[in-house]
Order: sequence, then structure tokens, then C-alpha cells
Amino acid sequence: MSAASHAVRLGLKRGWIEFSQSLKASQDIGFNIFMAGGVLLYLFFNRNETIEGSDLLLPALVVPGILGGLVAFSLILGPAFQIAIEREDGTLLRAKAIPHGMVGYVIGQVVLHTLGILPLFVIILLPSLFLFDGATPGDFAGWLTLVAVLAVGVLATMPWGLMLGSVARGPRGVSTWGMLPVIGLLVISGVFYPITAMAGWLQVIAQIFPVYWLGLGMRSAFLPDEAAAIEIGESWRTLETFGVLGVWAVIGLALAPIVLRRMARRESGSAVEARRQQALQRVG
Amino acid sequence: MDQTVRAGHDGADTVIAVDDLRMTYGTVEVLRGVSFAARRGEVIALLGPNGAGKTTTIEILEGFRLRSAGAVSVLGVDPANGTEDWRARLGIVLQSWRDHGRWRVRDLLAHFGEYYAPFASPQQKRPRDADELIAMVGLAEHAGKKIATLSGGQRRRLDVAIGLIGRPDLLFLDEPTTGFDPAARTGFHEVVQRLAGEESTTILLTTHDLAEAEKLASRILILAGGRIVADGSAAELSRRVSGQTEVRWTRAGEAFRHATPDATRFVRDLFAEHGDAIADLEVRRATLEDTYLTIVRQHDEGGEAAAVDAFEGAA
Repeated sequence: MSAASHAVRLGLKRGWIEFSQSLKASQDIGFNIFMAGGVLLYLFFNRNETIEGSDLLLPALVVPGILGGLVAFSLILGPAFQIAIEREDGTLLRAKAIPHGMVGYVIGQVVLHTLGILPLFVIILLPSLFLFDGATPGDFAGWLTLVAVLAVGVLATMPWGLMLGSVARGPRGVSTWGMLPVIGLLVISGVFYPITAMAGWLQVIAQIFPVYWLGLGMRSAFLPDEAAAIEIGESWRTLETFGVLGVWAVIGLALAPIVLRRMARRESGSAVEARRQQALQRVG
Repeated sequence: MDQTVRAGHDGADTVIAVDDLRMTYGTVEVLRGVSFAARRGEVIALLGPNGAGKTTTIEILEGFRLRSAGAVSVLGVDPANGTEDWRARLGIVLQSWRDHGRWRVRDLLAHFGEYYAPFASPQQKRPRDADELIAMVGLAEHAGKKIATLSGGQRRRLDVAIGLIGRPDLLFLDEPTTGFDPAARTGFHEVVQRLAGEESTTILLTTHDLAEAEKLASRILILAGGRIVADGSAAELSRRVSGQTEVRWTRAGEAFRHATPDATRFVRDLFAEHGDAIADLEVRRATLEDTYLTIVRQHDEGGEAAAVDAFEGAA
């Protein structure tokens, strides 16, 4: 057993422990209830709305879109904010002081944030089963597609979140360079209503980024084939979905280790102290 | 390791060897030729005014910061090329942590301990038992508590425990007792003395508490203006600075005081002359605090040359 693979196992365990902690932490429970509550209220008040150009009800279209959007939101911003905060509070430095501690830390983050989307999924999907028609995958193939899209979606987004947290100047940097762009993408990517309602150039931009494809992939898992009629090209474009998400995943996975290593190398006690002083000045 | 640096003071027992270490940030020279060595089992206190370069020096030794010039060897390895095997032999307690607030004391300590398991050897059991260590730093009744609920001093003791969990050969303590109450401080001093005595752990600590340095350290280094301006035991330093020890006594109800470079001889003569008539005898060497302040003042006034001369002249 090498010390590095041992650290990978410890990272898995670390992620699991932190996930359990998050399930019991009032801050995280509050966030999940707030997010899910907002989504469910929006769906409930529009439960009888039909989508133009089809006989679909709004919840059927929007539930998968929002779940896709949440994957991008949680897996980019979750690790980004946490790493930025934990560079400030000394967690990363602590990991650096331990043999292979950084390996354990990063694996822990990956596990924590991957598992971290489950509570939101459950509290959005479970009520949707009872409240709305057709807002869950109709058959086994649909569930399989859901898992496949989720898997590639996680890989396409998480490395970028890890990198963002590593290069940002504190949590504020993540708000500016992460939160605003991601929210912007959510707005233009057809998550809350069909993308075809957007101006053409916005549609082009949206299709460069993973958010749109995550939403589309999720819709292809949930909705019957006829529903593809209202999508761009009147198709689920499954190949393109996995293609674009795959390209983001490959580039992200190739760059992330370089960026993370560079960040880790620069961590030191005085760097943490300097950031702490800066943070105090912001408060004061 | 072929990266081993042979830095000046060499020997089988040398744990730290630093020779002409220099550090420059932009145009500011923080370290201007620091040299010292530490042997196995030594407790060395690194003192100096804020901004003297203590933390920079420690961070270079820990491998957290790359030096500008000079030779450094820690456990026989250049920290700039330190591997994880090397890191497993270090214990590090830095100045400020506020991390892992959701974890419980015992869980976190045990979790970090597991990283050291692959680095154990028959002579060196790794990690230490988490519960024993918790008891040793006096956190037994808080073992199940969330770290966010600990007081500053309790948290600091946890930091020390985490620094020790891997049973390090070399321990760095950067202002370890900040926020300790007197009982916790005494307990911590016992831990340090036990580590250095029974386990031959080499310890390099920084502190602003000069009484603590005097109590714990077998050697004291004073860093000022980017150089080591003093290196010796507390007694040696005070002799070198003042050269005089004060002797006080009373005889026939009258109080006397006398400053002498050789207190032992003076007292012997005193008793030879007056015998039982001597009462209330006190031999007072300059405290480390007096010594420290004198050295730092000399350094500030005359530049480091004067301070260095004061030592080398007296040595």
C-alpha cells in the first residue's frame, strides 16, 4: 500500500465525514431548504402553465432543467467558495503540513460536493413526484440517462470549481468571478424556460458552456421523445451533449492538477495570515 | 536523498543546519545571513522583535517557502526538495488556525493521524494514540466537542496535539502558548520537556514569553535585523551581556548588594569571612528579559555590528 493511495482512501473517508457533518449543519440544511423551497414554489404557482408550441406543462420541462442547473451551480460554486474560505482559515495549510494531506483534501472536496447535490435532488424530486405530472423520468432508460448525464456533468463542472477556488482572491473573488457568471449562464441557458425564447446570439453563447447541455441532458432523461420538438434542432442532441460536456471535463481534469499544485505550493503561514488581515479589514 | 546539503555544522546528530540563509522580498532583505544548527533532542527558542524574520525562517525550514540564498538542511534534506516521507517526520504548529470547526476533537486528530500510518517503522510507532495525546494536552473532557465550540486556548492545545500526532522527529512551534491560561501553560511545558527528554524530539519554538523560553529552551537564538545576534543558553547570554551577577545579603540587620563577574567565588569568600552572620542571600543573574532587551536595544542603536560585537567580545 503506497502512502499516496492510502491518502486517497483517507480523502474518500474525509469527504464522507464532511458530508455527514453537512447533513446535520443548520447552515447547510437552511440553504437546501431555501433553494428547494424557491424552486418548488415557482413550479407550484406555474403548475398549470403550458409550454408554447407543445402540450407540456411547465414543471415537466423545468424540473429537469433546474436539476441540471443545480449541478453546475453546486459543483462550480460549492468547491470554489469552500476552497477560497479554507485557504483563508488555514485548512489547506494544515493539509499541506501532513504527508499527502493535499491529496486527501482534494479527494475529500470531490466526494463532499458530489454527494452534496443529493439532498437538494431528493427534496426537489420527491415532492415533484406527487405534485406535478411527468416531472420525473418515465422509464428505466430515463433513469440511466439521468445517471450518465449527472456523471459527465460532475466531471465537466467540478474541476472548474476547484480551480476557481484556487486562483480567486478569497470568497469575494469567487462571488465576482464565479457566482455572477454562473447565474448569468443559468438565466440564458434555458433552465427556467425554453432557450429558443432567447435572442440568437445568447443561444450561441449558452451553447458554449456546460450549463445548457446539463439542462438539455436532464430533459432528455425526464421527458418523452416528442418533447424534443421544442429544443434547438428539434432533437435531444445526445451526442453533442456528451461531446460538449466531455470536452469541458477533459480540459478541466487536465488543468486542475496543475492549478491546484501551484496553489498548494504557494500556501504558507504568512500567506494565510496576510489574507486573514485583509479579511479583518473588510469587516472592520 | 542526493539533495542532502552539508551546511557548516555537521554531524550524525545534526537535525537542522542553516548556513548563510538569505531571504529577499522584492528589494527588502528579511534574512541577511542566518546560520545555526540544532542537534537531536535540543529545544531551541527563536526570539526576536516582530518582523525580525522568525516566521520566515521557520517557514523555510518547514519547506513552505523557498529561500533566496544559503544552505539549509533539515533532517538531512533540503526543505526545498522535501518529499512526503520527509514531511512525515515533521510536526508543525503554526500561528493561527480557525479551521475544521465542524469536526470533533477526537475525530479530527484520529483522521490526521491516519495519514502517518504508512510512515511507521518498528522503532517509530506512527501515529500516536489519539486519546493518549488528547489527555496529554489536557483536552480529555473536550474530546467529543465540536472544534468551533472550543476556547482559544483549548484550540491551541488541539493544534499542538495535531503537531504531535505523527510522532515527529522535529517539531516546529510558532508561538504555541498564545491564549493559554497558567495551568495550561505549565501542562504544555511538561509536554515539551517530556518530548525532548524521553523521545529525543528536536524542538524549534518561537515565543514572546521570555520566561517560557528560559524554562524550556536549552539554547536561545535571538534574531534581529535579519541575523542571529545571540546564540547560547539563557545563562550564557546573560553573562555575555552584563558580565555581572548581582549578589544581595544581609549582615547584622544591614542590607548589602554587590555586582560581580564570578558570583560563586564571591559567595564562597563571603561565607569564609562572615560565616553564619550572612542571611537572606540572593544571587540574581540578569533575567533573560533583561538580556533580551539589552541585546535588541544594542541592535537598534548601533546596528547589528555592535550587538554582535557585544557577544563575540564576551564569549
